[in-house]
Amino acid sequence: MTEHATERGWFAGLDPGSADGAREAIDEGSAVEPADWPQRAVEAGFADSVDDYYELLHEATVTATRATVVDREQADDKQLLHAVRAMDDADRTANELAERLAEWAGTLFDDVGTGVEAARQLSDREPATPLESRVISLAERVDDLATEADELRSFIEQQAPEVAPNLSEMAGPVLAARLISLAGGLEALAKKPSGTVQVLGAEDALFAHLAGRGSSPKHGIIYTHEYVSGTRPEDRGSASRAFAGKLSIAARIDHYSGERRPEIHAQLDDRMSTIRARADEDASEGGHQ
Amino acid sequence: MTGLPEGIERRAFDGRERLSTCGQPVYGEPTDGEWRCWDAGRSKLGAMLETGMDVDLSGGESVLYLGAASGTTVSHVADFAGPTYAVEFAPRPVRDLIDVAEDRPNLFPLLKDARKPETYAHIVETDLDLLVQDVATRGQAAVAVDNAQFLADEGQLCLAVKARSEDVTADPETVFEQVREEIAAAYEIVDTRRLEPYHGDHLGIVARKR
Repeated sequence: MTEHATERGWFAGLDPGSADGAREAIDEGSAVEPADWPQRAVEAGFADSVDDYYELLHEATVTATRATVVDREQADDKQLLHAVRAMDDADRTANELAERLAEWAGTLFDDVGTGVEAARQLSDREPATPLESRVISLAERVDDLATEADELRSFIEQQAPEVAPNLSEMAGPVLAARLISLAGGLEALAKKPSGTVQVLGAEDALFAHLAGRGSSPKHGIIYTHEYVSGTRPEDRGSASRAFAGKLSIAARIDHYSGERRPEIHAQLDDRMSTIRARADEDASEGGHQ
Repeated sequence: MTGLPEGIERRAFDGRERLSTCGQPVYGEPTDGEWRCWDAGRSKLGAMLETGMDVDLSGGESVLYLGAASGTTVSHVADFAGPTYAVEFAPRPVRDLIDVAEDRPNLFPLLKDARKPETYAHIVETDLDLLVQDVATRGQAAVAVDNAQFLADEGQLCLAVKARSEDVTADPETVFEQVREEIAAAYEIVDTRRLEPYHGDHLGIVARKR
């Protein structure tokens, strides 16, 4: 062999004149340093000419990269991310349309309320005029959208525990999906420090703080969990710090091992009761005075 | 200011003289016959050309483009350049990049991490004429230095530095100064300029490999 033997291009071992089977080489291959691959490919008989090589390279990179993108995007955590974003969009749109509907329907009927529930009731009516049928048809869309949001929620509730068992048990499936969505995937979430997990969803406040405006946010989206919102305000900082710490451990276990670990859930429950006990202590001290 | 290379022309779009290249439209940009408008507000390289930076292009260059994203800028590069390797790390934009590459036989899309050149050194060739870098990650200078191995001697680097990717709290000028110092390990700086008004808190750097 020549001195080329130490470094092999992506085309090594492939059939001459064909880019079939190149995906693994393109995805998994590596080299310590680059070389004049077009020239080497011609010397090795893989391509007839440099132009021919570029044609094969184009075909191979487009095919391999497309297949890898499909695989990466269909990973279950990415599906969860789309589902939770779609649920929020459907919810928000249903509410917006319901508001518009209430404005409009109020001019035609004298007994309509506001909100999605009112739209659902409206959609059961029989229209008497072409104008009424437009309004009632809009009410049906609101009903459909709200139903879609509900179905997406049940899909998430069923799917999240499969993708991230520990995180879903600790945070609840919907908050788990939201954290994955905010981080951009389970792996990304697993690699974030818990201080970042603590303020995910509070980016505006965080960057305002870093730029010198305002105090640092104590919690982001994890506020929606009872552990944080159900703790009295002066202890919420401790509660969200403890909660975020265990959440990021849960995300790491889910990403790297995937097994359920009951003990971390017990540890968090312990810590939470300690934090909440402070409120009772303060209350009893207050009683003595 | 240097002249534009073959394949890039200033043409009138909506009554203004703007950059354009010849090729298949990609993102709904205005066209004039075969010529597609190159929007400097959506492209850092476009902004570097538009602000008159000392970029030396003649057309037909071999290119490594790091941070290709959806292929907005890289589509224009492939229109005037030769073999163009486009590296992007995030799967979602690569979906669009592949559509751009399909119509352009000289464009090779790669789903790789620009911070790990060894994962694509078996595909990307040596002695390239131009390295374009627009990655929004920490350590942008290190990426430029690590990828210098693909450039020919005297090969050109067009780097767009995003201050906020290095440190959101630091003063952009401090970040830019650090980047200038770090890339001096592998490059000689030819020209630097802020990319305002097209891109806030970005510095354009043109350099040559030592």
